[in-house]
Amino acid sequence: MQLYLPIAEISVNVLVLLTLGGLVGFLSGMFGVGGGFLITPLLMFIGVPSAVAVATGANQVVASSISGVLAQVRRKAVDFRMGAVLTAGGFVGSAVGGTVFDWMSRLGQVDLFVQLSYVLFLGLVGAMMFQESIRAILRARRPGVQPVRRAHVHSWVHRMPLKMKFRASGLYISVIPPVAVGSLVGFLSAIMGVGGGFIMVPAMIYLLGMPTRVVVGTSLFQIIFVTAFTTLMHALNHHSVDMLLALVLIVGGVIGAQIGARVGIRLKAEQLRILLALLVLAVAGKIALDLLLQPAELFSITTVAK
Amino acid sequence: MMRALILLMLLALPLRAEEIVSGLSQSGVSIDASFDGTSILIYGAAMREEKPPAWPLLQVIITVAGPDVPIVVRQKERVAGIWVNRGAMAVDGAPSFYAIMTTGPLDDILSVAEDEAHAISIPRAIGSVRLGAGAGSTADYLAALQRIRASQGVYKLASDSVLLLQQSLFRTEVSLPANLIEGGYRVRIFLTRGGAVVDVQESMIAVRKAGLERILFRMAQDQPLLYGVIALLLAAVAGWAASELFRRLRL
Repeated sequence: MQLYLPIAEISVNVLVLLTLGGLVGFLSGMFGVGGGFLITPLLMFIGVPSAVAVATGANQVVASSISGVLAQVRRKAVDFRMGAVLTAGGFVGSAVGGTVFDWMSRLGQVDLFVQLSYVLFLGLVGAMMFQESIRAILRARRPGVQPVRRAHVHSWVHRMPLKMKFRASGLYISVIPPVAVGSLVGFLSAIMGVGGGFIMVPAMIYLLGMPTRVVVGTSLFQIIFVTAFTTLMHALNHHSVDMLLALVLIVGGVIGAQIGARVGIRLKAEQLRILLALLVLAVAGKIALDLLLQPAELFSITTVAK
Repeated sequence: MMRALILLMLLALPLRAEEIVSGLSQSGVSIDASFDGTSILIYGAAMREEKPPAWPLLQVIITVAGPDVPIVVRQKERVAGIWVNRGAMAVDGAPSFYAIMTTGPLDDILSVAEDEAHAISIPRAIGSVRLGAGAGSTADYLAALQRIRASQGVYKLASDSVLLLQQSLFRTEVSLPANLIEGGYRVRIFLTRGGAVVDVQESMIAVRKAGLERILFRMAQDQPLLYGVIALLLAAVAGWAASELFRRLRL
C-alpha cells in the first residue's frame, strides 16, 4: 500500500514505514534509547529529503520519549529539578543548532555536517560503551577481584559555583555542568534529529555522578522538551515536519517499543550494552564509509527555497 | 461591395496550412494519500484545408513540463580524504518534470534554430545557469542534472512514442511519476515538417494536492506554529496512549 507524504513529497510503502518504525521502536524499547540516531539515517536512506528526515525524526522521538517517561514516573525514577536544568540548557543548544543548520544549508554542506556529526558522536559513544561493557563482562567472569566502588567521588564538577540541590539524585552540585550537557544534547538534537539519549545517559553517570536509577527517566524527561522545541523550530523555519510520516512511524514505533522492552528484560545488562554499542558503531561505520568511498554519483541537486 | 469586403477580411486572417485540434484524457491530477503516479493520454489531429504536401512528412513533438524551480547542482570532490560538496552551479529555473514524446529522433525532425526558438529539447528547456567556484564546466553540470533527473524518472525523452496515423491523427501517453510537485504542467504540441515548426498548441494540466495532503501541506506553509503544535500534540497523545494501552494489557 503506497502513501504519498505531503511534506516529503514522495510516495512510500506504508508497510516499509511501519516496519522501519517498529524495528527502531523494538531496539529503543530494548535498550532504553529514543532511537532517533537510527530513524533519521534510515529515512534518508529510503529517499526522504534530509531536512524532512531530521525534523520528522525529532517529532517521532517526542512520542517515544513520552511513552517511555510515563513508565519511569510511575517508578518515581525522574529527577524533575535536574530535568528542568538540563532542559534550559537544551533550549539554548537547540536554538544555536538550528542557526548552524540554516547556515550549513545555505553553504550546501548540511549533509556533510550531519554525517560528520553522526560519525563523530556515535563513533565516540559506541567505542566508549563497547570498551566499558567488555570490561564489565570480564569483571563478572572473575569474581573476587571487585573494584573499590565509592559512593561519592569529588571531582572538578564539585568545585564550580552556582550550586544547587538535586534531591532525587542525591546531589549538591553546580548548575554549570548540567546546563552544558543539556546544551550539547540540544545542539545535537537540532542538527541530527536525535533525542541525544546516547550522549545524555553516559554524561549523567560519569560527568554529573547521578545514580543509575534516575538516569533513564530524567534523560527521557528532558529529551521530550528538547525534541519538542526542535520540532517546533523546524516547523516554523523550514516547514519540514511531515505529520503523516511521523504518525506512521509512531504507530510502528510504540508497538515495537513495547515488544522490545519485554525482550530486553530477559537479557543481561552487559549483553544489552554490548549489543547497543555494536549497533551504534555499525551506524557510525556505515556513514563513515559513505564519506570515505567515492560515491557513484558525484553530483547532487538541491532545490532552492523561494 | 459587401461581399468583396468579407473576402478581403478572410484573406487577411492568418491562414495556417495545418492546424492542431487536440485533447487530454484528464485536465487535472489530484495528489491524495494513495497517489502513486498516473498517466495521461494526449491525442489530436492535424486539420487542413487542402491536400498536404507529400514531402517532407508531418512529424509530431509533444512536451509536458512541470513548474520551473530554482535549483543548485553541486559536485563532490575529495578533500582531506572525505567526499565534500565543492563546486556548484545555480540554475534560475529548471522544470521539475520534463517529458518529450516524438514520432522520430528529435535531431532529425527538429532544426536547431526551431529548438532554440521554442526551447523544446531538455538542455534548451533548462533555464539560464550561473557557475560558482570549483572545478567542472557548465557542460558537466548540465549533463549531471539531466542524468540525475532521468534516473529519477522526471526527465525523459521518448522518441517514436507518438503514434501518427495517416499523417493526421496522433496519440501518446505521458506517465507522471509519484514524486510530482504541485502546479501547472504545460503541454505543448508541435507539428513539424522538414525540421520547421508548422503549428503549436498549448494546454495545461493542473496538478494539485487534495484532501488530507492538501490540508497538511497548506497548514505547514501558512500556519507553521499551529502545525508544529498539532504535530507535538499528536506525538504526545500517541505516546501516552501507547503507554496506557500496554499497561492495561499487562494487567
